[in-house]
Amino acid sequence: MLPLVVVIPIGIAFLISFLGKYYKKLSDILATVACISLAILSFLIFYELRTMNYEPLVYKIGGWLPSIGISMVVDGLTAVMLIVVNVIALISVLFSVSYMEKYTDKWKYYALFMMMLTSMNGLIVTGDIFNMYVFLELGTISSCVLIAFGTEQDELEASFKYMVLGTVASTFILLGIAILYSYYSTLNMSDISLAVSKGSSTIVITFLTLLFVVGFGLKAAIVPFHAWLPDAHPSAPAPISAMLSGVLIKSLGVYALVRILFNVLGVVGSNILIILGVISMVVGGFLAIYQKDLKRMLAYSTVSQVGYIVFAFGLGTPLGIFAGLFHLINHAFAKFLLFLNAGAVVYATDERNMENLGGLREKMPVTAATSLVGSMSISGVPPFGGFWSKLFIILAAVQAKEFTAAVIAILISIITLSYYLKLQKQTFYGKLSERWQDVKEVPLTMCIAMIIPAVICAGLGLLLLPQIKIVFLDPAVGVLANGLEYGSIVLQNIK
Amino acid sequence: MIEYFLCFVLFCIGLYAVAVKRNMIKIIIGLSIMGYAINLFFTLIGYVHNAAYPILSKVNITQQTSLNMVDPLPQALVLTAIVIGLAITIILVSISIRLYEKYGTFDITEIRKLKG
Amino acid sequence: MIEEPKTGMNIIVKTVTRLTTGLILLFGIYIVFHGHILSEGGFAGGVVIALSFIHLMLAYGREIVLKKMSEKVSELLGNIGAVIFIIIAVLGLFTGGYLFFDFFGKGKPFNLFSAGLMPLYNIAISLIVGAGLFTVFVTLVFFRSEKK
Repeated sequence: MLPLVVVIPIGIAFLISFLGKYYKKLSDILATVACISLAILSFLIFYELRTMNYEPLVYKIGGWLPSIGISMVVDGLTAVMLIVVNVIALISVLFSVSYMEKYTDKWKYYALFMMMLTSMNGLIVTGDIFNMYVFLELGTISSCVLIAFGTEQDELEASFKYMVLGTVASTFILLGIAILYSYYSTLNMSDISLAVSKGSSTIVITFLTLLFVVGFGLKAAIVPFHAWLPDAHPSAPAPISAMLSGVLIKSLGVYALVRILFNVLGVVGSNILIILGVISMVVGGFLAIYQKDLKRMLAYSTVSQVGYIVFAFGLGTPLGIFAGLFHLINHAFAKFLLFLNAGAVVYATDERNMENLGGLREKMPVTAATSLVGSMSISGVPPFGGFWSKLFIILAAVQAKEFTAAVIAILISIITLSYYLKLQKQTFYGKLSERWQDVKEVPLTMCIAMIIPAVICAGLGLLLLPQIKIVFLDPAVGVLANGLEYGSIVLQNIK
Repeated sequence: MIEYFLCFVLFCIGLYAVAVKRNMIKIIIGLSIMGYAINLFFTLIGYVHNAAYPILSKVNITQQTSLNMVDPLPQALVLTAIVIGLAITIILVSISIRLYEKYGTFDITEIRKLKG
Repeated sequence: MIEEPKTGMNIIVKTVTRLTTGLILLFGIYIVFHGHILSEGGFAGGVVIALSFIHLMLAYGREIVLKKMSEKVSELLGNIGAVIFIIIAVLGLFTGGYLFFDFFGKGKPFNLFSAGLMPLYNIAISLIVGAGLFTVFVTLVFFRSEKK
């Protein structure tokens, strides 16, 4: 069952590129069916993990034992990430069915979309570090082509910038993998983890940490390396911006970084991550205030919120890891929703500058309401999930005696609230200008695709209920907090 | 030791080209050079002096030299990395051709519709 | 006095190409079928196969080659290769319970069937790589002439 999360999307991708040219409607159906089955599959995998009492499931590809062959590992963290990625992909496909009608060659879009999904699923599931690199590159390439999908000037430019910086990042990651291989003579993550836990020189670990922070930090758009994100994410078609900001930078960037640093190199919590996270929070937050472009503001907000996540993971305490993971899930759904809203506004009005918009609440009630939910969740207004995760981040920072950082986090959350209020005011409230008198609400499928994540956003606070927390979040936190025990736990569970 | 240092020099040349040059094609070439430097480094890691090539042949088996072989795994990995590099180069070149069509220049300082 | 040809290069290049293209193609096929005892025969062989067509195209001009092997056909071949690859991989899932499982048996060294399913994978990969490289070359090199 486990390899199907990789096989289904890649098989469907080739099938669409094979048949989609001749049967136009088929690509819609194939992509939707594939995403529905993947979402169900991710829940099934979680269920199977739960019946196994959260012992990692190890799958040997080709029947070869790990460290000779490639293995796939599912533990608590992997299962949670799989559910987040696949549910978001399903909603995104629902949204694309209507939205992508204005582009030609819709089947190419679906083929690339399924490729991107393959890369994310594969990267999350794999237990082999070079395989992780291959999936990382697959994700970079397919997302880069998707950003340039409209082939307008700014899209091509953003895509070029993203590709150049992404390639530099992956060069650093490959260098790190080469050094890891030269020291430990294996590419299996659990084997490396075991070897590191038996003793290793600090200099090598520090150097590797730096290489991976630069590499995956570029993919995750932490601040000194964030230059590509505010160009790339707004330029893509709306469902793709939503996927990129919602899950791609989290699975390709944050998840891979945290997995390698915590579980493979044994660096549980580091000052580099704390410093970079705080800088990202501040810079992203302040730059977002001055943006006039709707999607560009959301992109800078992503930089700021990823800063929160990285900061929380960098604390390294169980509470910090819990807060980071919880904020990752909250932000994935909220930012996904907000980019879909922005896409709906662009679909209806073809205008991205917020100063020219206004009063759309009367004409587009569903978009306005869901956007309000997303904004409130991300800026941390109490009933929504975002409030709790930010609260936990600040609590974790205080617990870890990082008082300055905690104060900065509180201040930046106020700034976040201010720019989301600006977004709401300028886009959906205020007076409706003459130009937008005959704007209509977007088609039904797009409305449904916006309502589902809004409901999830509102309900994510429920994850904190003790019964649900024990099932869903605690095993994932346990995996990261255990650090180097990951290796021996995985190796014990090979059957 | 000198060969590892030369790899580093090659890497720095590529990084210089990416960071300093303004021509898009030169940036792409710089990226390729960086990739090749890492590939060379990776292959050198698996190199063993005076060892046999890592292919199982009848000569190898009879002479019991199979233990003293060059490590084949980095070579396979580097081949994979080369394939990925090829795909990246193709996409970058096609994007820059499209950009040339829109702007009529390869100079990235003149292609500035998006600001920082 | 030999007339200058209307398409392609001059007669020397054309003659040499006519003599060597077949050999290059054969060499590519040799690498593909020999690849399971080297590392990655599929990629290298596929590149050489694509090069033989590109060679022909450089010497004789675009139309003559596209008559033999049009872009649509090469795209189709690439997709077929990918589908074959995935089908073989998934067949392993059904026969042995593992993805990429070698249900063919590993065979003995130095015999004809000595590496299980590797030759089949190599053929599929060479189809993907060869067709893909050829398509990319055609679309990149003749990008602007298509626009006009």
